[in-house]
Amino acid sequence: MKNDYDIIVVGAGPAGSIAARSAAEKGVSVLMLEKDRDVGYPVRCGEAISKAGVEEFIQPNEKWICAKISQFCFVAPDKSEVWIEFGDAGFVLERKIFDYELAQTAAAAGTEIITRCYVYDLIIENGKVCGVKYESQGEKKEVRSKIVIAADGVESRVGRWAGLKTEIDFREMESAVQITAANIPINQNALYFYFGQNVAPNGYFWIFPKGNNSANIGLGVSGIVGKKKSALSFLNDFMNEHYPNAPILTQIAGGVPCSLTLEKISAPGIMLVGDAARQVNPLSGGGIASGMIGGSIAGKIAAEAILKNNLDHILSYDRAWNDRLGKRHEIFNRIKNGIYNFSDDTFNSLAKTFIKVPLEKRTLGRLFTQALINKPSLLVEVAKVFVI
Amino acid sequence: MNYRMAKTGKLMIEILPNKCDFCGCCVGVCPEDAIELKEAEISIIDERCTNCSKCIWSCPIEVIKFNKNGLPKVVSYEK
Ligand SMILES: Cc1cc2nc3c(=O)[nH]c(=O)nc-3n(C[C@H](O)[C@H](O)[C@H](O)COP(=O)(O)OP(=O)(O)OC[C@H]3O[C@@H](n4cnc5c(N)ncnc54)[C@H](O)[C@@H]3O)c2cc1C
Ligand code: SF4
Ligand code: SF4
Repeated sequence: MKNDYDIIVVGAGPAGSIAARSAAEKGVSVLMLEKDRDVGYPVRCGEAISKAGVEEFIQPNEKWICAKISQFCFVAPDKSEVWIEFGDAGFVLERKIFDYELAQTAAAAGTEIITRCYVYDLIIENGKVCGVKYESQGEKKEVRSKIVIAADGVESRVGRWAGLKTEIDFREMESAVQITAANIPINQNALYFYFGQNVAPNGYFWIFPKGNNSANIGLGVSGIVGKKKSALSFLNDFMNEHYPNAPILTQIAGGVPCSLTLEKISAPGIMLVGDAARQVNPLSGGGIASGMIGGSIAGKIAAEAILKNNLDHILSYDRAWNDRLGKRHEIFNRIKNGIYNFSDDTFNSLAKTFIKVPLEKRTLGRLFTQALINKPSLLVEVAKVFVI
Repeated sequence: MNYRMAKTGKLMIEILPNKCDFCGCCVGVCPEDAIELKEAEISIIDERCTNCSKCIWSCPIEVIKFNKNGLPKVVSYEK
């Protein structure tokens, strides 16, 4: 390990690994620091991703694909099911292997990686980020760089230390609990989404197949809901009702920041990617693919800035992200605010009443719900949102 | 009694020992950057906390509690 790098990436999730790889591929020196003992573990994720989302960055590999998805099943509060066929839409991953493999591709491109390194502060000189302070094996150390890429996930503290406003409104944080359960006899090629006040108010409850009749199951709730009833409590209720005897192989808490991207995701010497930048699709809560996209844009721009010897170039990242996905997320966010506030009755009866709604009052959210129940062809379009 | 002091008086936010799953929800919503989260170690940075309770509402497994009496300083008996 050197004491000076072109780029330091904090966090070795999908966004960090792709940022590191995209930069290292251009020939600059990259160091990636991860606080956990293992890259890829623990997993806090539903593990669903679109085929296109994977293929942009890595060749699909049976090693980390648990299920191939060709159908969606939306379950309304009155338990009626709406099925949609997709062709080969996506995958359910084994993320601990997937993340590990992504980090390996970053390493193959020349990235140095160190785990069990907890970054606790930044080095800032003359208003510019110039490196990080970290703790490793009980010792405090420093390492310098021209650019720091913060890929530190939902916590997003690194950006704050650089003066960016990264905290997320508690109403937009989907606090989640996720389990892997065995003996869940569902269609192994379908993603199941459950809606309703008793199941997952302001969001959805998911069951995603993981092969061999095991499944990734969970839900997230907004802090508004969490005030009264926690995600864990909703999960327990659901499992007691539907699968009281299913063996639970893993259980873990997690947080999905379901908001717009932060107003600023770069500042002198620093760029934010993935969950840290709040690049999650706010409607679906999917953040693996969008994080990798954010990471690749940031990694490339960072490397260019170094090769051109023009560090101000990194400030063009905000715009590049907004053009690629940020603006699209604004639309998804409006849909989210529309549908996730519906009551069960609304969900169930909207199909019937929607037709009477005057044109000017039809919001995207209402359209989505209408589509959900009455017009599967439109739903195909909107449902794609769930895996992008 | 000697209390832990938050930015706004006594610290009333308590993370129940040994129950945290280190998921980061509370850290992500804390407006004051008042929570330190390492691989498997969590703590409140007392002098930054405003007892606003947002972390409590965001904890998916209910391990943060509001203790209106305030948290006493832990006395260390180490020599
Ligand atoms: C329960 C749940 C279900 C989800 N389901 C899906 C889904 O089905 N599909 C989907 O696409 N997305 C899903 N998501 C979202 C997805 O998991 C995230 O968007 C994705 O992991 C973001 O990648 P990232 O690289 O930005 O962050 P992460 O994968 O969170 O990686 C951040 C890394 O930074 C490290 N780190 C943090 N702070 C420091 C520090 N100070 N020093 C050093 N290292 C640090 C962390 O240990 C971590 O390894 C889900 C999330 C949750 C919680
Ligand atoms: S009470 Fe508010 S300020 Fe204190 S730790 Fe929780 S979120 Fe942060
Ligand atoms: S939200 Fe709860 S489980 Fe998650 S890190 Fe905070 S205290 Fe721990």
